[in-house]
Amino acid sequence: MMKQALSQSRSGLGAIVAVVALFAIGSQTAPNLTFRIYYSISFVVLAAIGLAIIFGIMGVINLAHGEFILVGAYATTLSATQVGLPLPAAMLVGALVTAVFGLIVERVIISGFVPNWIAQRTVGRDIIRPFYDRLADSMVATFGLSLVMVQGARIVFGNSIDQIGVPFGSTAGYPDYRIALVGITAGVLALVYLLFTQTTFGTRVRATMQDEETAKALGIDTERTYMLTFAIGSGLAGFTGALFAPLLSMQPSLGDQFLVEAFVAVVVGGASVVVGTSLSGLLLGPIDALFSDEFGEFAGRIALLVAAMLALRFLPGGITGVVDDLRERLEGGS
Amino acid sequence: MAAESSSADGPTSQSPIARLRNRLEGPNTIGNSRQFWAGLALAVVALIAFPILGGGTGNQFSLFLVLGLLGLSLSLVWGYAGILSFGQTVFFGVGAYTFGIVSINFPTPGGITGAVLAGTLAGAVMAALLGYFMFYGGVRDVYVTIITLVSTLVVLTFMAQTAGSEWTIGEAPLGGFNGMPGMPLLNLGVEGIFTFQFVFNDLELFLPLVGPFVVDPFYYLSLGLLLVAYLGLRVLVNTDFGRVLVAIREDEDRTQMFGYDVKRTKLVAFTLGGGLAGLSGVLYAARNVYIDPSVFELYFATLPVVWISVGGRKSLLGAVAATIAVEYLRLNIGGEMALVAVGALLLVSILVLPGGVVPWINDRGLPWLKDESIPWIKAKMGRVPESEATES
Repeated sequence: MMKQALSQSRSGLGAIVAVVALFAIGSQTAPNLTFRIYYSISFVVLAAIGLAIIFGIMGVINLAHGEFILVGAYATTLSATQVGLPLPAAMLVGALVTAVFGLIVERVIISGFVPNWIAQRTVGRDIIRPFYDRLADSMVATFGLSLVMVQGARIVFGNSIDQIGVPFGSTAGYPDYRIALVGITAGVLALVYLLFTQTTFGTRVRATMQDEETAKALGIDTERTYMLTFAIGSGLAGFTGALFAPLLSMQPSLGDQFLVEAFVAVVVGGASVVVGTSLSGLLLGPIDALFSDEFGEFAGRIALLVAAMLALRFLPGGITGVVDDLRERLEGGS
Repeated sequence: MAAESSSADGPTSQSPIARLRNRLEGPNTIGNSRQFWAGLALAVVALIAFPILGGGTGNQFSLFLVLGLLGLSLSLVWGYAGILSFGQTVFFGVGAYTFGIVSINFPTPGGITGAVLAGTLAGAVMAALLGYFMFYGGVRDVYVTIITLVSTLVVLTFMAQTAGSEWTIGEAPLGGFNGMPGMPLLNLGVEGIFTFQFVFNDLELFLPLVGPFVVDPFYYLSLGLLLVAYLGLRVLVNTDFGRVLVAIREDEDRTQMFGYDVKRTKLVAFTLGGGLAGLSGVLYAARNVYIDPSVFELYFATLPVVWISVGGRKSLLGAVAATIAVEYLRLNIGGEMALVAVGALLLVSILVLPGGVVPWINDRGLPWLKDESIPWIKAKMGRVPESEATES
């Protein structure tokens, strides 16, 4: 599933070159439109990447995804305004705090390790079954978590906190920071790709994802793999929050703005984290940007919903499935 | 179709009550005993007497009963058909808004009665449309959940931008976040024959021994509808249709292999659930004489899921009981801690009791809930494998 061969093959490289070339040409000829579309793509990719990792690898649907983004955004904003850290450092803090938070959530709720540990010593048996691959139950549980987090943030921090100013100036009437986000998105994708394909940890993750029993038999600590995967997914969600912290008003409900894009992108993208997410970003970003700009936010969301339903209808395996098919056909033909 | 087949193996000369019980009972519902029905009757009597003896008019409590219908709709869709839908509040809201639009345009008792039906129908049609595109479009499992979740957000976005005067249907402005005031009071019937106003019409009655008291007719209307819906759904899930639903919940592919039209069955269940949610929305709007887009918010969309998770998704009784209990708690905690409490309740219940409270109590073997001493029930139970019969 995560062979990721598209980017290794020539066609994958070609696709990357095409995306970059289009950006270069577009920024000269129609800068504003180009920037808007690429920003929209980045938004979709960043909104979805943390969710995609947790869903694709652990089979857990994290409905508190928006609230993980909230944690990242708040941690960044607070460490910049209250502690006085420079913005890049504050963003790293935001991502780290969210990763640690995700680790705690994984131990306490998703794997039920902590409650079970306590129960073993008091009642003498496990009281919680891990949520791995229990999609519906994991949705309900994380939704409960999301309610608690949103309201908790409201109680602790009030209805809003001070925002960080948007860094950089603007080019052709478009904020430079948003253009920088496009580059950062590409960097994030590259890093995630390298992590999952080039490191031992990545190999372990992919083994666990494909066949947990066999992976366990081969000596992989799958429990630990899940734990770290969840932390990484959370950390990326937090980094998304950190990146968008200067752009959004800091309200406890800010995570909701990412939900539609994130879920639709994961549905359309399919199982593969990097290939699926980036391709569905490339597909959905322009749709969202064009419809929202032309007909308002409502039309943008309707368009995304329709795109998701069409994708589910015609691409049951998501874009990943199409890519796999295509690759097999290419390899078979040559 | 189910009644004939199931009565075939029961004694043919049953009393009417036995025939009725035969339809109401089966492996898909909890509470198949004389004691259970006695308990239910007692509960209903208590609910009828509650406003009389409790001092109030039952006005506050009627909200919980109205929401009980919404809980039942999700219990049918999620608990029996296995479709986790975050969209029940969409149908709820659509029903409420349709009621508002129709009743504002036709503020006569006949028109308002029509508005109630129109609202219920609108919920069902909305569910049928969404369900058609999902189920016949090959959307399954969690993806259905995601699509319904996204639908909620889409409808909220839509309703939020309807503040302008161009969003006026007939006489009824949609009003954006300001909501839709100015609905006529719920006055049902046909002009010239019989009409009755159900809201803001406290009746002063007199009972010997109790003395004079005031009751809210809307409370009894919602209590009656909830009871009818509960018993109706019990009949439904114990028919062959209900058995197919449960089969789909347990294993969709296998059910399809057996030759059942899985998509159509799911669509029918989803549509029925939408209609029920629509009716709930109609009553909600009629009770408050007002509706605003907050019913489409994510928070409200989760409430039915909370109720059903806590009460037990595979139990209609659990749905009703938990809806009333959770809503009662939520309103009494009030303020900013209410949401935290609801979230925590959801989290803990799904962690510790994934099946829900009512089935858990049932499994612990309260004898009056479990009685299978009546022969035809045994016969009905005997036709399903033991594992399935005990699971629900």
